[in-house]
Amino acid sequence: MLTDWLLVLAGGLIGAPARYLTGVAVKSRVHSPFPFGTLTANAAACLLLGFLSEAVLRGHLGPRPELFLATGFCGALSTWSTFSYEVFTLASTRRIALSGLYLAVSVLLGTALSFAGAAVASALW
Amino acid sequence: MTNPYFGTADRPVRPPGHAHSEHAPGRQYPVVLAVAVGGAFGAAARYGIERLWPTSGTEFPWPILLVNATGCLAMGALLTVLADRFPAAKRLVGALLGTGFLGGFTTFSHYTDNIRVLVRGDAPGTAVVYLLVTVLAALAGVTLGVFAARAVVGVPAHQEAAGAH
Repeated sequence: MLTDWLLVLAGGLIGAPARYLTGVAVKSRVHSPFPFGTLTANAAACLLLGFLSEAVLRGHLGPRPELFLATGFCGALSTWSTFSYEVFTLASTRRIALSGLYLAVSVLLGTALSFAGAAVASALW
Repeated sequence: MTNPYFGTADRPVRPPGHAHSEHAPGRQYPVVLAVAVGGAFGAAARYGIERLWPTSGTEFPWPILLVNATGCLAMGALLTVLADRFPAAKRLVGALLGTGFLGGFTTFSHYTDNIRVLVRGDAPGTAVVYLLVTVLAALAGVTLGVFAARAVVGVPAHQEAAGAH
């Protein structure tokens, strides 16, 4: 019980700074109003979680690694709140098309990568 | 990786490795630590909600929708209040409560995973509704959060609260 909470805490402890540092790294290389940093973190988390979910379903990942990696790490690596604030900021600075593009690309790419990650797990097991 | 389509006149493409206070080494550690601590508790708060309200299979993923919508609302309000009233505290408090806690509380990967599971569970209609309702709830949430915060702290609407990181 306590271990479960600690595993989620530990996953979040790593996942959130991984997302932040991805943003910093991307921002220092790609100078664009398009939020590639959050998109990268979200996309990576969607791919990984698709894989992990399928691994859990097929009995190759136990409940404890799931709490650490899926609930904690992937959950914190990806974000809706920063993402939606970026969409709002782009739209409110009159970059409406870019805002819509960011929203559509994030949702479609994230969903596609979730299927891709699950497909990799299916192919492995 | 620099995309010529997104390099605009007001945001020129600069060479890598430039000096910038946000990227300066050393000063980065307190921010990273704040994001980590916030993220740990954000993830745990989401886990707590999932434990209280477990869903499975083709059930509509209400808990994750609720988490994401409220997290977006809180992010809009938080960053607006910080930018307009506490600019000096914005970097660390924004890192702890915004990028860390709310960032770790809300989740994009569980959202897309829910969509995938619904599609796989022969509930594509529910998947589409969930996909769209989440987008609308998140955008409505963040917008409401920003405007409610502006109304409360009394900041003119034209003032921009930028920089969600």
